Amino acid sequence: MSQSYDANRWKRFDDWDARALRLDKFAVEDPENGFSAFNGAADPSPGLGINAGKVTSMDGVASADFDIIDAFIANYHIDPDIAEEAMSVPSSQLARMLVDMNVPRTELTRLARGLTPAKLAETVAQLNAMEIAFAYSKMRARQSPGNQAHVTNAKDDPLQLAADAAIAVALGFDEIETTMRVARNSWSNALACCVGSAVGRAGTLFQCSSEEAEELEIGMAGFTSYAETVSVYGTESAFIDGDDTPWSKAWLAAAYASRGIKMRCTSGAASELLMGFHEAKSLLYLEARCLCLQRGMGSQGTQNGGIDGAPLASSIPGGVREIMAENLIAVWLDLECASGNDARHSESDMRVAAKILPYLIGGSDLICSGFGSILKYDNSFNPSSFNGEELEEFLVLQRDFEADGGLTTVEDARALTLRRRAIDALSHVLKDLGLAEATEMMKRSVAVASGSNDTQSFTPRDVALISEKISGDDVTVLDVIKSLHRGGFLEEAENLLFLVKLRVSGDYLQTSAVVRNNKVISAINDPNDYTGPGTGHRLTEARRQELANIRDVLDREEVLRAEAVSEMGETKSIRYQIMGPADPGTDTDEIVVGVSPGFGLKIFRTLAGHRLSAVLRALKAGIERGGGAMRLVRFWHTADTSFLGLSAARLSGSGIGIGIQSKGTAIIHQKDRLPHNNLELFSNAPVTTLEHYEEMGFNATVYAKRMLPDPIVVPTKGEALGARFHARVALIYAIETGMTEDNATPEALAITFLETS
Amino acid sequence: MVKTSLTAKDYPIAETQPDEVIGNHGKPLSSLTMGAVLNGDVSMEDLRITSQALEKQAEIATSVGRFALASNLKRAAEMTRLPQSEVMAIYELLRPGRSASAESLLDAANRVRNDYDAQLLGDFLDEASSVYEQRGLFRRRY
Repeated sequence: MSQSYDANRWKRFDDWDARALRLDKFAVEDPENGFSAFNGAADPSPGLGINAGKVTSMDGVASADFDIIDAFIANYHIDPDIAEEAMSVPSSQLARMLVDMNVPRTELTRLARGLTPAKLAETVAQLNAMEIAFAYSKMRARQSPGNQAHVTNAKDDPLQLAADAAIAVALGFDEIETTMRVARNSWSNALACCVGSAVGRAGTLFQCSSEEAEELEIGMAGFTSYAETVSVYGTESAFIDGDDTPWSKAWLAAAYASRGIKMRCTSGAASELLMGFHEAKSLLYLEARCLCLQRGMGSQGTQNGGIDGAPLASSIPGGVREIMAENLIAVWLDLECASGNDARHSESDMRVAAKILPYLIGGSDLICSGFGSILKYDNSFNPSSFNGEELEEFLVLQRDFEADGGLTTVEDARALTLRRRAIDALSHVLKDLGLAEATEMMKRSVAVASGSNDTQSFTPRDVALISEKISGDDVTVLDVIKSLHRGGFLEEAENLLFLVKLRVSGDYLQTSAVVRNNKVISAINDPNDYTGPGTGHRLTEARRQELANIRDVLDREEVLRAEAVSEMGETKSIRYQIMGPADPGTDTDEIVVGVSPGFGLKIFRTLAGHRLSAVLRALKAGIERGGGAMRLVRFWHTADTSFLGLSAARLSGSGIGIGIQSKGTAIIHQKDRLPHNNLELFSNAPVTTLEHYEEMGFNATVYAKRMLPDPIVVPTKGEALGARFHARVALIYAIETGMTEDNATPEALAITFLETS
Repeated sequence: MVKTSLTAKDYPIAETQPDEVIGNHGKPLSSLTMGAVLNGDVSMEDLRITSQALEKQAEIATSVGRFALASNLKRAAEMTRLPQSEVMAIYELLRPGRSASAESLLDAANRVRNDYDAQLLGDFLDEASSVYEQRGLFRRRY
């Protein structure tokens, strides 16, 4: 290989350039141009003037100069009864109260009603990332954490939407959100997800993100149960550019409630910066304004934390801390928080995992808003932080930290059953209501498909026609319920009826409401009462078991089962004969190979998958190539590699021995050395090849001749071998150590190879 | 007898007072059964929330210090009386630049007060009109 040493930079930078991280673009801090997380060039100092119950000035602006946002906040957010008291508390003291477990949440939410945006921002900016995370966990409204899924696909295929909705429900998502590739498909998407979400259990809330008026209509037809598309912005120009005002949005907030539909607003850092109207203010201050606005509107909650602006916010120094800080303001204002972790803020898996951690371990009303339950390319919003691809990583993080991220493993047979059920249910409804007919082939392709690239289902044109017909025929959820019942989908019909009946009482209009076990829980009947260790949200033992129960976990029986399979092959390959106690040898050419108690008795393959007969054959070949003779001894007093090797060396006429465990870990030892001061150690059994064992045998003979061979290098590619093998290693090793007996005599073994290969 | 306001203890009202939870056509929650749906005895109107239910939820929100949420639920209670077309027409009027002057918003305010007995919404629209005037939002946008 030709190597050029003329490079004018360290090649490690090439390695770094090749990493996914380097696809992320980072921006320099530039407060004048809006690129500041916490310290905008034009951020005001906190302040509040009140006269006769009216706000006369706020954060340095006199009421006569209020823009629409100031005006709305002054009228609807600031509570004049609390304001004077609240504003008089220094922000440093408020900051300490947020992280003081002895200050109850309700005391802080009371004070928040009298705090201005600048005061809220100034307070949370004083907390470091860990303090923000802790305060968030203490301040969030509902005690039980939850999660929200995106269910979309690149074809707007209703069959796949139904199947994926059923999976999202089984995974435990409290809410599912869909949207369309093509706007006119909204009714079809809504119907499909609505039916799919009724499979398996009742109560998963569902929304179809579409144009404001249409979204409300779809809600009124009963297909959806919540909405979160009511976006607000922190500057007047951005708000107007978004074609709304605080009053128009507040009108919508009331409109949703008046139709019994749960609603939350949406805001997130950097949206103003993206829209070009940042007013040289920091991300955090603008978000504080958005959040005060939302509380003032009477929204029960917010989808907040970067959201679509998360990638831009994260390009700025401190941007991720800022996203956490704005979420903290949201919950301090007593709002339900669907805490972002939505639009993927980075191409780096590490940045994504690091960002989710505080929310996972601290909990959140909806940790992601949402989590891509489908594959990245099928996500019609954008790839999420976590997607169908990474779903199992999230399940494992829950297990690692014993933290409830709202999700539960779905076993694979059950997954397919649920998908088929959802597809059958929807196909029936489509046919029964004269909307479309799905063929068997379509249904089968969707049931097993991981994503829409693998399906042969409805064409985009079919979907548009379905959608038009649903809307044109004024199909409502009652028609769907009746249809499901006619088709024998009784449980699904009941589940849907349960969901639409929720809107009559309006119980789920209260803060942070979701449905668990057929009951509405919210910040009213499940309030976060954290006041220190032992309080607040704790895993029940049953839930802990659920989190632990991921797919494909190893136990002792599993190891023994796998070995039993290998044993059958080995009985055809090798025969071990016990020749009585092993004595010290005198032949100076001999190399004693000392094997562990379970070698060829309970364990039959190395971690690399080599049959133990093949390993012995390789060792023997190497020894014989070096002019030596192999003598095999089984030790019963130890299963430890070093002592196997040293004991073998002490029995060996040459003074050189090889110790080998069943799992393939091996050592070359010499009789006069200290146990752990060996000649050569082969600790990476999973990457040790038969050629290495052959070399090992050969090198042993070189040592026997008192010469120094080239040590054998077993190269690794940097695999996390511990992660891959240690669970199995520990189980195998326990089997071996269980077979040891103190002071047991070594046993001479004769072997016969029964096959030529 | 003085009517006492509901509190957090009365929540969820679908469980604590199922007979008091009544759909828009006067049917209690308990009568909205699958059998009734199949017989065609349930319409979407029966599944509509009523102003009374929203008032109850407002009382519960108030009892736990969520006054802003309670105010929204009270506005929503009034809004149950507005037909969907009116809700959407006024929403459109409230968007920037949709009305050329305060007139149309003030008209809407009077309309909701007179036709739908919606005082809070009327006041809300009056207030919007005055802020829009101040901020120059009554101008055409292209």
